[in-house]
Amino acid sequence: MEVFKHNQAIIGFMKSAKKVGAFSAFMIIASLALLMTKGLNYGIDFAGGTIVQVQYEGKAPIDKVRDVLSKNKTYSTASVTFFGSDSEIAIRTKSTSKDVDVDLSDEVRNLLNGTGSFKIRGVDMVGPAVGDELRTQGLMAMLLSIIGILAYISFRFEWRFALASVMALIHDVTIALGALALFQIDVNLPILAAILTILGYSLNDTVIVFDRIREGIRSIKTTNLDEIIDESVTRTLSRTTLTSLTTFFVVLTLYLFGGEALKGFSFTLLVGVVVGTYSSIFVASPILMWLNFSVTGFREQEAKKAKREKEKEKMRAMYEQGSM
Amino acid sequence: MGTLNYRVVIFLFAFIFGVVFSIPTLIQSEEGKKITLGLDLQGGLHMLLSVKTEVALESKLKSTATSIKYVLEDEDIVFDDLKIDSDRVSFELLDEDDVTKVDKLLKDDFKGIVINKSGMSYTMTLSSKLAEETKKNAIDQAVDTIRNRLNMFGLAEPTVAKQGADKILVEVPGVKTAEEEQRIRALIAKAAHLQMMAVDEERANRVYSMSGEEAKQYGDIILNDVTNKDKRYLLYSVPILDGSMLTDAKVGYERKTNRPLINFSLDGQGSKIFADFTDKSVGKRMAVVLDNEVYTAPNIVQRIGGGHVQITGNFTPQEANDIAIALRSGSLLAPVQVEEKRSVGPSLGKDNIVASSIALAVGFILVVLFMVLYYGVAGVIANTALIANLFLILAIMSMFEATLTLPGMAGIVLTVGMAVDANVIINERIRELLHSGSSITKAIEQGYNNAFTAIWDANVTTLIAAVVLFAYGTGPIKGFSLTISIGILASMLTAILGTHGIYQYLLPKIDKNRLGFWFGIKKEKGAK
Repeated sequence: MEVFKHNQAIIGFMKSAKKVGAFSAFMIIASLALLMTKGLNYGIDFAGGTIVQVQYEGKAPIDKVRDVLSKNKTYSTASVTFFGSDSEIAIRTKSTSKDVDVDLSDEVRNLLNGTGSFKIRGVDMVGPAVGDELRTQGLMAMLLSIIGILAYISFRFEWRFALASVMALIHDVTIALGALALFQIDVNLPILAAILTILGYSLNDTVIVFDRIREGIRSIKTTNLDEIIDESVTRTLSRTTLTSLTTFFVVLTLYLFGGEALKGFSFTLLVGVVVGTYSSIFVASPILMWLNFSVTGFREQEAKKAKREKEKEKMRAMYEQGSM
Repeated sequence: MGTLNYRVVIFLFAFIFGVVFSIPTLIQSEEGKKITLGLDLQGGLHMLLSVKTEVALESKLKSTATSIKYVLEDEDIVFDDLKIDSDRVSFELLDEDDVTKVDKLLKDDFKGIVINKSGMSYTMTLSSKLAEETKKNAIDQAVDTIRNRLNMFGLAEPTVAKQGADKILVEVPGVKTAEEEQRIRALIAKAAHLQMMAVDEERANRVYSMSGEEAKQYGDIILNDVTNKDKRYLLYSVPILDGSMLTDAKVGYERKTNRPLINFSLDGQGSKIFADFTDKSVGKRMAVVLDNEVYTAPNIVQRIGGGHVQITGNFTPQEANDIAIALRSGSLLAPVQVEEKRSVGPSLGKDNIVASSIALAVGFILVVLFMVLYYGVAGVIANTALIANLFLILAIMSMFEATLTLPGMAGIVLTVGMAVDANVIINERIRELLHSGSSITKAIEQGYNNAFTAIWDANVTTLIAAVVLFAYGTGPIKGFSLTISIGILASMLTAILGTHGIYQYLLPKIDKNRLGFWFGIKKEKGAK
């Protein structure tokens, strides 16, 4: 089976670069606006708090539960929602307790006595100090991986490639965060893992396109970057689409079948895969052009590198001869 | 068929290695190294505790004050105003002639104490080194004590470990109910501070009208009964003896009522003190106090030798058992607090396993089908590599007895989607070359060559993100980066080297007229 013809005509991606750029700019501004107005909904991992997951035999009497909890001091501001099915509820509160022997879940168990037959299936409690620490660590992780990746791509390609890919990356992550803000998804540790996976994934895609552009610069005669980019992106189009599809499949199955615990994680990845694919096709390469990337310059540099290598080799040969 | 080449041999070797080492995990055999399931999959209690080290500092300061008092009195030095004030002990000398003597005493006997002197008033604080040491001791002692208690509790393989400088990680798998979990937490938190205290019989009848302050003036303390909270006892605040002289504690049963009780034995010194005390105090009451609650306060009928004592109270057998464990494992120097707690019931764990396994199976089937439909035999080859990859992930994790968490499962699912990426890139390159008229041999060799840098660079960038996540992630997140990293590394071996070897092995069989079958290439109309 072939979706993309091998003799696929070269698509003029760069011609629509401005329109695409405008669209991306709009998405980023919208995301930033969402982040500033609605903001991220930090879950207990980062904000601290307690979640108690309760499962009833049969339908959970959610109104009764809310009623009982609203009369309690610790739980008066708690939110009670169905969790995955209508027999299961999640009770979320900002409160935490430092007591080891009697904690908030024991209190819930006592309070809910009389609301029906239930069992407590899971309790997560993160104290404020730990929450702060996790948040700092999360930001550090994000920064460090961006720096690491920037360094690696600069080393393998050129600084403009690195900068362009990191800008595409920031584009992807911003939009993914915007989606999290829009749907008010609890931002917990797994979401951080998802964001970092998007970092890796989106780069993965971009790097493969850039690799093709690098190859194009060496093999395609023209010095017109537009043409080289168009041809390279067209050539990688089938791969980009196919890989995105397989990844999209599995993330979708995770979202549909992976259970409540992985919902936020897989949702973030779904957004990331779509945005990452879009950006590696439409966003990363135009940035390269806007950064005034010069084909002749790159070729000269490559030639210089090759010359240096050759000279080194010559020197080595001479040295070896001399020492013999 | 074709000849064996080194690539295909390495691949076969890796495949067999993967299968063999993942067998113990897959069949859950008793022997062999296996993957352990994380608490989020098998259910259990995870807690990050901190130690209130300031309490340990306080008691250190208290004991310093006690020794100062002892030393000064021993030397017949007159002093006044000995008191503890937050982080310092202070006193004042009354006789100027004592100053040099005191200076020498303090210098010799109180190592690690910082002494500030102005005239005849002394202020003493713990040196930062001693304070750090005291804190560290309190944490280490808490780790040992909690570990002992959990080991005695009888659940499989609890983990108690120091995390960072001042936290304690406690993981108890296999907790079945919320009630059992609470019991475990109560056991961890129990200070287990045992004291034998004499009842102040002279003033005992006034205990209900007396305030705590008033009791203090008589050198007494008022404590409540453990079962009947309204019942109070007036006790001499200096205990007869405490839990440090205890050698053993066991659960027993009262003969008549069959109610549980706790028998404990004292060491030689404790036995002697206890015997002397009971000899002197016949007719009076002695209270057994645990964590500032009176469990029992019987009348002393006769001298009790041998150092065997009983605690009765309205225990359930479980409570008696837990108290005995806590007494045996020693008391906590400083109380512990919860910083983070994650508790997963066994049913939730099972649900997590089922859900993530379904996602893995469905994702796997979709990808495998897609690859075969799209690439023909080339897809089958990629799928072989994918299967080898999955086995390798399991095998490597089994070898290191790594922990598989729910995010770890997600990582494996994601690997399924991303590991075939290398083969997609390679196959696209091969197709491209075939279309441009290359021979099959050349298309394969050139295809792998062209694809390599892209795959390499792409994998390294993903690996950078995964490694950073591993370094900065906590708990379950580490599991995610672990499986992703192993998946990427294994894919280099299976998806690049392995498939290359298979192509080379199959090369003589590949029919250039059946490229649709081999590479999923559509027949061109009007082909050359």
